[in-house]
Amino acid sequence: MTVQFGNPDRPNSYIGKTVPRPNAGRLVEGRGKYVDDINLPRMVHVAFVRSPFAHAKILGIDAKEARLVKGVLRIFTGADLAEVCTPWVAVLAHLKGLKSPPEHPMALDRSCWVGEPVVAVVATSRAAAEDGAALVEVDYDPLPVVADMMTALDASTPVLHPEIGDNLAFQRLHEEGDVDSIFAIAHKVVSARFKTGRHTGVTLEPRSILVDWNPAEGQMTAYHATQAPHMMQTVLAKHLDVPESRVRVICGDVGGSYGIKVHVYPDEVATAAISKIMARPVKFIADRLESFTTDIHARDHEIEAKIAVDANGKILAFDVDDWTAIGAYSVYPRTSAIEGNQVVNLCGGPYDFANYRAKTTVVFQNKTPTCQYRAVGHPIAVAVTEGLVDMAAAALGLDPVEIRRRNMYADDGYPITSPAKMRFEGLSHHQSMDKLVELMDYDALRRDQAEARARGVHRGIGIASFIELTNPSPFMYGIGGARISAQDGCTVRMDPDGSIVALSGVTEQGQGTEAMLSQIVAEGVGVLPSNVRVITGDTQVTPYGGGTWASRGAGIGGEAALRSARALRDSILEVAAAMLQADQASLDIRDGHIVDAESGAGRMPLEELGRIVYFRGDTLPEGLPRELVQTRHYITSEYPFAFTNGVQASYLEVDVETGIVKLLKHWCVEDCGRIINPQLVDEQIRGGIVQGLGGALFEEIHYDDEGQLLNGSMADYLVPMAGEMPDMVVGHVETPTKESMLGAKGAGEAGTAGAPAAVMNAINDALRPLGAQVTQMPFTPERILRALGAIED
Amino acid sequence: MTKVFADRIDIDLMVNGEPVEARVPAGQHVIDFLRQELGLTGAHASCEHGVCGTCTVRVDGASVRGCLMLAAQLDGADVWTIEGLSDSEAIRDLQEAFIARNALQCGFCTPGMLVAAEELLAQGGVPERAAIREHLSGNYCRCTGYEAIVDAVETVARQRAGQVQA
Repeated sequence: MTVQFGNPDRPNSYIGKTVPRPNAGRLVEGRGKYVDDINLPRMVHVAFVRSPFAHAKILGIDAKEARLVKGVLRIFTGADLAEVCTPWVAVLAHLKGLKSPPEHPMALDRSCWVGEPVVAVVATSRAAAEDGAALVEVDYDPLPVVADMMTALDASTPVLHPEIGDNLAFQRLHEEGDVDSIFAIAHKVVSARFKTGRHTGVTLEPRSILVDWNPAEGQMTAYHATQAPHMMQTVLAKHLDVPESRVRVICGDVGGSYGIKVHVYPDEVATAAISKIMARPVKFIADRLESFTTDIHARDHEIEAKIAVDANGKILAFDVDDWTAIGAYSVYPRTSAIEGNQVVNLCGGPYDFANYRAKTTVVFQNKTPTCQYRAVGHPIAVAVTEGLVDMAAAALGLDPVEIRRRNMYADDGYPITSPAKMRFEGLSHHQSMDKLVELMDYDALRRDQAEARARGVHRGIGIASFIELTNPSPFMYGIGGARISAQDGCTVRMDPDGSIVALSGVTEQGQGTEAMLSQIVAEGVGVLPSNVRVITGDTQVTPYGGGTWASRGAGIGGEAALRSARALRDSILEVAAAMLQADQASLDIRDGHIVDAESGAGRMPLEELGRIVYFRGDTLPEGLPRELVQTRHYITSEYPFAFTNGVQASYLEVDVETGIVKLLKHWCVEDCGRIINPQLVDEQIRGGIVQGLGGALFEEIHYDDEGQLLNGSMADYLVPMAGEMPDMVVGHVETPTKESMLGAKGAGEAGTAGAPAAVMNAINDALRPLGAQVTQMPFTPERILRALGAIED
Repeated sequence: MTKVFADRIDIDLMVNGEPVEARVPAGQHVIDFLRQELGLTGAHASCEHGVCGTCTVRVDGASVRGCLMLAAQLDGADVWTIEGLSDSEAIRDLQEAFIARNALQCGFCTPGMLVAAEELLAQGGVPERAAIREHLSGNYCRCTGYEAIVDAVETVARQRAGQVQA
């Protein structure tokens, strides 16, 4: 029996409704439990002495003074931790040629970026640990620094890791069709150079971990702010030599993640290693400077790209040359080559064209490592693609909406394999564009823009279509050898009073995972969502799963929940049929009652069934299965990824005197397949858009030529604040994936994928009459004034 | 040691309507005192230099950055944190509006956001959306994109002004 999604009046119709989040109530009362809220008996704190140099030999460490600080208990060097913790190498077999040297939890004899942990000071309080850390003397001999991305491979640039030969971490060239010939004969060729600003996630809760190794029990318990508890269980088990069954990762409330908290960080593994040595709980909470210097960075790309179009605006070819620098190490275990690889996979994504060349060059440098951050690679690929499409439209005198309509894949033409060899099961570019144009009243907005221009006010409209990779299969990481689960599981159980508990391998960091799961399980079993208690984030309790990343929570975790809930429903009905002497097919469960499926007449509350099964099983027929716990796992198999699509629009005003951009309004229409909770999806889109707007207008990590990070505080690194952000209109088209019963694809990253391109195109739309164009993010007042020729030096 | 150079200070204050006496390190910030000494973990430390607003608590009626004020300055103060504001039901309508509008995701900024929003609402009237945005600009949220928060605060302002039913 399948769920009749098309019938809104079906019984237990919670999938598709806005229901409140079960965890919101305690969070608004300050009753959340984040890692730093947890204190354990005998707990100690660790602070790290970090490299002040981007590249230096460590000649010696003198901790005599530090040991005298009251409260300081132990001091560890990289060599001390290497005795209990094996190093890791972050490569994936399917990213051919990717290389990276072994990395230890703390530097051994050389530091490779400003912020790399060198010495750990453990004390009875964080304050004492910091006081001790300040007194540790490290004798450094500075080495030549690789700071510039574009010269990293030059013969004159020193090689950062001599043992791996050169500064090239990874390179991939993908070519389809006859790109050079097309560019030679095309009606119009437009090229541009794009830069996306190196930025970071700025989770308000800094990275946090509390590890408690109990040698008497042989168990390691890690309270960890993470998106992937089972991955961390596997990593800690492997590198600290503990069986996986003896590593318990508990992930309670997490104060923002966005991809920042899905990686293995050296200082967090160091904390676990120290706990294993000291045999007591050790807490590490990053401070804000540590967050800026050691949380992964992302999006540091420079791209030379061109588009070829015919006289009608038909796209003939894209040619993209992408460069990115990833810091000193590829990040474990997802690697730092994925972002560049995504740029190759995603450029030109919405469009039906035949000739494609894309190359990514990924180099090492002496900066903080980069890795996957919300919408991995998409903001870059979408900016390049949509920037070029707008430039081509302008060169041909075509309207930006019209050129897209002429090139987007037809909604009825799926399945399709793109020139980048991405497989699309079903997308809705045209429907989405139609809806966007209607929502924003495009023609009226163009009139408003013209009227403003007549008054000397420079407003711009920017459109950005996009595709978005969600629901990844093992093709993302598993086939490359990474022990990262693409499968996820859910256990659903009925307790004696008829209430339901669901234990899921996907996790909650505020997206609404637990609300979404409660709705699915409620509908699947036939109870009220408020009667479903969802448990996530405990590896010793929940089925093994991947966690929450790459917009997989609803599509994969949700499907596992639906299947396990349906299985429990079947088990309950099997018992009910025996108790009621009825045909199982004639019974249903609605609002916590066994009912006659035909008439809806109540036959028995679940509570009564629970009483009999748990306490009077003697009254049931011998041999009758009474398994009121069911577990199901789900993995996608027909498509490597479930692509979603959408289109965004930005309306803004550029002050040509100051270069300041004022966002007036923003629209997004997206298609994430089946929507489980409309409000949660809308708010994921809005939050995602604003992270994209941050990248477009404000966010940029600055380094000097010596690899010193220059803006390591929230006062110096700007993120969107309430005052500058626009109201956002969100609309949907629903094209469910046919791979699953649920039909859900991901929604968490679409906002971030398209927003920067929409803003770039809007700014350039505003500036075009003035002959100016910007392509380097973030679009700061200075860059806009330079483009206008108002600043020169 | 003379009082001038004392590294520990005695303070006597009210926290969430309850009397508190404590001897605090001279360098301890309000947020660390509340979280570590009193177990009031609702407000959070994040940027630790007065920018992000997650540590916002109410001291003598005003929104204060718990990371910029010293615990030693609290002698004689009347402090309210999210725990006390919840127990007293003082901002129940605002909390309900945040839940209904999903004006929180990870919840880390929320306790500070609520204190800051209540400071604006306590001024009475129905502020313009731009004024709400301006007032909350010292409280960062990385999850929601702010619109839902502005909606929730606007809704409560209207409810309190009697413009709509609660």
